[in-house]
Amino acid sequence: MSLILAAESLAEIISRIIGCESCSVAIAAVIHVALIGAFFGLPAGIFIWAERKVSARIQDRLGPTRVGGRFGWLQAVADGAKLVQKEDLCPKAADKPLFRVAPYVVVIASFAAFMFLPFTDGWSAVSLDVGMFLLFAMLSLEVIGVILAGYASGSKWALFGGMREAAQMVSYEIPMSICALIPIVMAGSLNLNEVIHYQSAGWGEGILRFPFLHWNVFHPVAGPAFIVYFVCATASCKRAPFDLAEAESELVAGFLTEYSGMRWSFFFLAEYASMFLVSAVAAILFLGGWDDGFGIVRSLKGSSTDVLDPSVILGNVIGAGVLMLKASKLVLVQIWVRWTLPRLRIDQVMTTCLKYLLPMSCALFLAAVVYPMALVLQTGRPQVLPLSAPLTKTAVSTTDEASVELAAADGEVTE
Amino acid sequence: MSIEQLLFALFALLTCGGAVSVVICQNVVRMAFSLIICLASVSVLFFLLSADFVGATQLMVYVGGTVVLLIFGVMLTSSSALLQIRTSPAEGFLATGIGVLFLSVFSFTVWSVDWDRNDAKLTGITAVEGVPPQGYNEASSGNTVRPLAMSFVGLRPDKAGKAPGYLLPFEIVSVHLLVVLIGAAYLARTKRRVSAES
Repeated sequence: MSLILAAESLAEIISRIIGCESCSVAIAAVIHVALIGAFFGLPAGIFIWAERKVSARIQDRLGPTRVGGRFGWLQAVADGAKLVQKEDLCPKAADKPLFRVAPYVVVIASFAAFMFLPFTDGWSAVSLDVGMFLLFAMLSLEVIGVILAGYASGSKWALFGGMREAAQMVSYEIPMSICALIPIVMAGSLNLNEVIHYQSAGWGEGILRFPFLHWNVFHPVAGPAFIVYFVCATASCKRAPFDLAEAESELVAGFLTEYSGMRWSFFFLAEYASMFLVSAVAAILFLGGWDDGFGIVRSLKGSSTDVLDPSVILGNVIGAGVLMLKASKLVLVQIWVRWTLPRLRIDQVMTTCLKYLLPMSCALFLAAVVYPMALVLQTGRPQVLPLSAPLTKTAVSTTDEASVELAAADGEVTE
Repeated sequence: MSIEQLLFALFALLTCGGAVSVVICQNVVRMAFSLIICLASVSVLFFLLSADFVGATQLMVYVGGTVVLLIFGVMLTSSSALLQIRTSPAEGFLATGIGVLFLSVFSFTVWSVDWDRNDAKLTGITAVEGVPPQGYNEASSGNTVRPLAMSFVGLRPDKAGKAPGYLLPFEIVSVHLLVVLIGAAYLARTKRRVSAES
């Protein structure tokens, strides 16, 4: 499927072992769904517990201490068990089919976006050249569920909450996407794994070698873009200080007002899952993704293309761990921000987006295009220091005459 | 029946069902939801055809953009009592006539294609092992972004040398869209009478 990975897909490995092609596709699909389901559900559970603990510490409390023995580590499971047992209520004034279907739309949109995350080099359910674009397309579907929930509840609070939420999510999507475009432009690919490959190339030579300094976050343009992206991502996850939709003091619970039990917990699960998702995307686009910053994953993987090679598997596991660690840190920052900053008013939320974040992201995008061009004119290369490792441009298939032509034209410009 | 055919049948059915229920529903938001089902299923059909970029664009622009704006606009402009739409019999008659005409044109087109010859053509192309048909090697693996982007600026891998790019037509279309958006905003804004004093 993908030329970049230079490795075989899970279905191919299974079909090599058991021999049956159509069953291997089915088995691989089941494994993918189970794995993504685990990545969707587990972090959400962990972060729900973390949210309780961190918020308690910030407010000088202890938080859950008893469930599961110590630290209340089973609190998320207990919460879930409680929610499952609750009655599935549907108000009389509600538009019943839409009311019932809205939570699923939110969960499916958030879950589907997980398909395109490269957890490590070669470990992603779907590796496409449009990965980034498709991921944002999936994320943009989440707002539909929120609007439907707001409308279908048949309640004023829910309607206002849904409307505010729609306005907020749709507006914040624009600067978020523009900021996400900056690493894409720098790496020259919409494929998320290729963006990480670009960042893991390292920077400088000899003693002046800084493997992690080529991460986009240390780039003079992409660094500020990371901050803008993260602010927008927090807002698009409906997190405080942008949680206007659920502003308890004015809207009870916004579009969630009429929901209870399982359906409410679906919204909750989707919120934490998309927190993790946007954090993972931030880690991939700006913080080097699975690259550990010291070249460990790269050297473990070496140039081996055999996916079952132990050192490749070890490298992949370390890479996945690194990515999860980075994403978790960013989720912790989101939690920390939520319990530190007061909520904005709705007009302030819109002002922040349209008057500040949007122009900032546009200016940064322009700078990201102009800066390498200026550097090429000055130093002859688009980086300040030379790269330690050559960029692997395997995605350009050699049979493509036009791309060769394009590369030749590129060379002329650089000279 | 292969998995692809099964999925195609399922999502083609969903597309048609969504489209029909857009017509049948009388509640605007339910209509919009049916439209979402219809458009999202169309994007799945694009994915099944390995046209990832078009499918993603369909999701992003129509499902995530246009329909959301539509629902949002309806929610902003009308109170919940005005969300019902009833069509008059005359409108129904007219729409049915146009629909039937459209269907006949489509059916005529579909049946006038010699599918057997097309099949032979396609299998003839892919039969040569190891030699992908020029320009379709990326498309066959689903990665269509690079060829698309290059043909956008006039580099066509499937044509010898350079062909006119799509950039100018694209710009013209986008300016048209801008005009439509401004017009829609103008028509939809609340009309305020200018009082004599001011």
